[in-house]
Parts: sequence; C-alpha cells; structure tokens
Amino acid sequence: MSALRGSRALRGSRTGRAVALVLATGWLVIVVAPLYYMILASFRSQGDYLTANPWVPSGGLSTSSYSTVFAAGLGRYLLNSVILTAVCIALTVTTSLGAAYRIVRHRSKAVSASFVLMLFGLAIPVQAIIVPIYVLIYKMHLYDTLFALILVLSAAAIPVSVLIMVSFVRDIPRELIAAMLVDGGNEWTVFRRLIWPLSRPVLATLAIYNGLNVWNNFLLPLVLTQSNNVAVLPLGLTKLEGLYSVNVPAVMAGVLLSVLPLLVLFVIMRRQVMNSLGGVVAR
Amino acid sequence: MTTRASASGTNAPDADLAAAPQPPRRSGGRGQQRGGRIADLVGVGPPLLLFFLFIVVPMIAAVVLSFVKWNGLGTPTWAGGSNWVQFVHDPVARTSVEVTAKVVVLSYVVQTPISMALGLFTAGKQRYKSVYATIFVLPLLISTAGIALMWESLLDPTFGALTALSKSWHLGFLNQNWLGDPNLTLYVIVAIIAWQFIPFHTLLYAVGRRQIPVVLYEAAVLDGASPRQMFWRVTLPQLRYTIVTSGILMIVGALTYFDIIYIMTDGGPGYTTRVLSLDMYNAAFQQDLYGYASVLAVILSVVGIAVALGLVRFTGFASMASQQEGAA
Repeated sequence: MSALRGSRALRGSRTGRAVALVLATGWLVIVVAPLYYMILASFRSQGDYLTANPWVPSGGLSTSSYSTVFAAGLGRYLLNSVILTAVCIALTVTTSLGAAYRIVRHRSKAVSASFVLMLFGLAIPVQAIIVPIYVLIYKMHLYDTLFALILVLSAAAIPVSVLIMVSFVRDIPRELIAAMLVDGGNEWTVFRRLIWPLSRPVLATLAIYNGLNVWNNFLLPLVLTQSNNVAVLPLGLTKLEGLYSVNVPAVMAGVLLSVLPLLVLFVIMRRQVMNSLGGVVAR
Repeated sequence: MTTRASASGTNAPDADLAAAPQPPRRSGGRGQQRGGRIADLVGVGPPLLLFFLFIVVPMIAAVVLSFVKWNGLGTPTWAGGSNWVQFVHDPVARTSVEVTAKVVVLSYVVQTPISMALGLFTAGKQRYKSVYATIFVLPLLISTAGIALMWESLLDPTFGALTALSKSWHLGFLNQNWLGDPNLTLYVIVAIIAWQFIPFHTLLYAVGRRQIPVVLYEAAVLDGASPRQMFWRVTLPQLRYTIVTSGILMIVGALTYFDIIYIMTDGGPGYTTRVLSLDMYNAAFQQDLYGYASVLAVILSVVGIAVALGLVRFTGFASMASQQEGAA
C-alpha cells in the first residue's frame, strides 16, 4: 500500500494541478496587492500620495508619516494593547486550565453543570449582547477603563478555552495522576508538577488564538472606552483617521505599525501560529 | 488520596487502565471530599464567575431590558411588548433584516468554496505550498479596523489604487464609486469581509484535509477512482466536521458583523448596508433606546444560537466526532 504514497494517481491529474496553481496564485495576488499598496503609501509624503501612481514606488522614501502617528499617540495605544492582551492571555489560559483539571478529575454535579453552562456559551455571540454588557460595566463604575476590557474579553474567551483544555487534560494518562497521589502528592502538586508542564504546548496554542482575538477586537473597546489614554490600537487607528482623514500615508503607517508586533511574532513562530489558528477550532 | 484516584479510574474508558492498581472505591474520609470541593471551587470558580457575570448576566439582562423603556439615565419603565411591536413595524428594521440576511448568505456562498479550494491546495506537502499557506495567513494578523482603513483608501474614487489602475490599464469598470453606489456597496463589503475571513477558513480546511487518513485515498486509487470521484466520495464526506465548524463560525460571524461596516459605510449609502448589529448599536448609543436595542440583541443571539445548534444537530455532531476518533 505504502508504495502508492506520493504516486501521481494520489496527487491528481496534471491539468487539475495546473488549474489549482493558477487559482491559488490569483488569490495570492488578491492578498498581497493591498498590502503592497499600503506599504508604499505609508512611505510617501502627503503631496506625493496625491499625485503619484499608487502602485509604483516613488523616488524618495519619506518616514514623516511614521513620526506623525507616534506624535499622535500611537505609542500609548500600542502600550494599552500590549497590556490588555498580555493580561487577558494570562487570565484565560491559567483559569481555563485549572477549570479543565477539576472538570476532568472530580466529577461532582456542580462541576459538570458548570461545564455544560460554559459549553452553551460557545453559541452566544458576544457582539450581540454588547448593549447589556455596556450597561453592566457602566453600573460597576468600570466604564472607560482597561480593566473593563480585560474582564469582558477574558469572559468571552472562557468557553472555547475551557473546551480545548478539557479535551487536552482528558488525554493525560490517569495512571500518572494516580501514581503521583499515591506517592503523597496532593491536588495542587499534581496540577503544578504534572498538568501544567504537560499542557505547555496547548497553552501556547490557546494563548496565540486568544491573544489575536483580543489584540484585534474593535467593538468592545468602542463601546466600553472613550478617552485616548485607554484606547487600544484598533480603536486608536480610527481616532487617527478622524484626526488625519486627508493624510492617508499617516493612517497607513498607523495600520502597518499596529500589525508589526504580530508580524514579528509570526515570523519567529510561524508554524506554531498557523497550527494554533487552524487547530484550536478543528479540535 | 486513594479515593479520588479510583473514582476517576472507574470513569476512565482507557483500556490500559486495567493494568493500573484499582484500590477500593470511596475508602477515604469526608475530609478528602471536602478537599476536592475546595479544589473544585479554586479551579472552576474564577472562570465560571467571569463567564457568568459578563456573558450569562448580560444575556438575561437583554431579555429583561427588551420589555422596558429606558434611556440609560432615568428609571426604566415597564413597556410590555411595545419594543417588540416597534421592531415588527419599523421599516428600517425590516431593511436591516434583509441586509443582514444578504450578508450572511452571500458571505457563506462566497467564502465556503474559496476556503475549501485554498485549504485543499495548501494541505499538500510540497515546499512551495507552505510558502503560499504562509502568505495566505497574513490578513489574519491585521485588525478589522486596519483592514477597513486600508480598503477605504484603496477604494477611494479620486486617489484610490483601483482608480489609478483603471486609468493606466484602461479598465473602465474599475472606476466606480465603490463605497457610495447603492447598487454596489453591499457587495464590496461582502468582498472585504471575505478577504478578511477566507484565510482563517482556509486554515481550517487545510487542517481538516491533513487529518484524513491516507489509506482512504490509497484504497480509492486501488479501486480505480478518478480524482473527481476521490473528491466527492472521500474528501468531501471526510470533511463534514470541518464544513460544519467553518459554517457555524461563518454564519454566526456574518450575522453579528459590525466593524467593517461601521467604519467604512456606517450603514450607507442610504440604508443599503445597514445590518442589524449596526441598527442595535445606533439604537443604544446614538438614540438612547436601550429597550429597543435589547430587542435586537435578543433576536441576534437567539438566531445565532439556533443556527449553531441547528447545524450541529442536523449533521449529527456527536456521531461524527466519534467517527473521527475511530479513524485516527
């Protein structure tokens, strides 16, 4: 059987593959062209942007757009985004692993019921209940704080995180846990010495998935914050556009700078990021 | 300590567990039960509390608020079903329902075949395919706000890149008022949403394709199946699970889609791109009609939940999951 592996019959006909390659290349152009345009535009001076052909690099390389957006407070938005994302990742990853361990280990009725409730949450679109969330945050006197965003965005990530961690912890051999308990360990040592180290790869996967969702979320910051000093990047970009609606190069520079941290991360750990994005939901 | 080890042991379906020693059940004291409860509370408590407070409570609040009149400041007054009656009779709401339905259906119809084709393509092992796959992921790194701003300037009728292209290559059809033409803008929005989300669904399909056991294809080849037959008889049935997952995410996502429309068109021109989520946002935060906005929130949530549960039930999610395990 294995002699067939990699044979032509398995890979399809030659014309089929040619058509696939052409279509895929077409999509490649559709993905790359706007990014190429954006990079060119961000390095133009404002006058150059209005007169030059947008698809052709201009002679001079102007970095004035980049200094403009930093002067407009992009650094602050960047810092807010980093804080928000880091805290949300820490919160969702640790709490969902703890919950998953208890759900797998100790099946009391209350724990099972909590699990079912959280699973049900998978179907609730957070975007849809934004109005009562706003009312709640307002009543809690948390309006216009990063803390509000941390709480709500973490809560929104709980169902998927717990589900994934449960499906992972379930696969940890029970004899390992049993052996540790027999050797005099308690629940906490099992969690810290066994579950936590074993889960690291899944935790990384989950961190990337949740982190990307938090980093790019727009609606919650729009509704729950107002002032510039708590604005995160996606919201900050639209504030930038409000300020410089005629200065397109500056807006493009802002967008590119907001992608840069993720791009660096992506280049460093490309495979992990891609497995994470596809894998979280596919599990 | 032996108590819980055995209690979980008896639940375990693992065959190799038979080798592990099985102490008698429930031999420990009550103290250990209590220890388990404390651990349960520490483990499950925090995420449950977060989830309950910020997802479940608002969900219930939306239902309650949909029966009151409230401007956000004074005391809410009971309004019975009047918000719901208002929704039924509001022409803007009717338009929003239609626009939302269009966005959902078009998004699904456009994104599914392209994502599946690209996913199957990038699932291959050749080196160049991993280069393609890497580039395909790039839009996922950009926030929706960034994508909206990028396309806004690309599509600008005066200085935009498409207008420039139409001039230098004499392609008249590229010179359009993309975001201001009532007959066109909705489709432009659907296309941009597709640009944003196809990369994610491509990844899903690539993962799904790689999970199909090679033996199935080998058997098909031995039986003399053509590539087309292999797609319809092997690939597609084996991808059922991926098709459902991706479909749920696409439909629920498109149902509550907000960001790009809010930034790029704000529902215009006219009401041609005014989706329900934008209607809800405006009702609450522009007109201070919290009761009416909650009606829309309830409708969006219920339809979203119904679509998700319906698709799961319709396709027999549970049986499929176990089938996949069996195959692996």
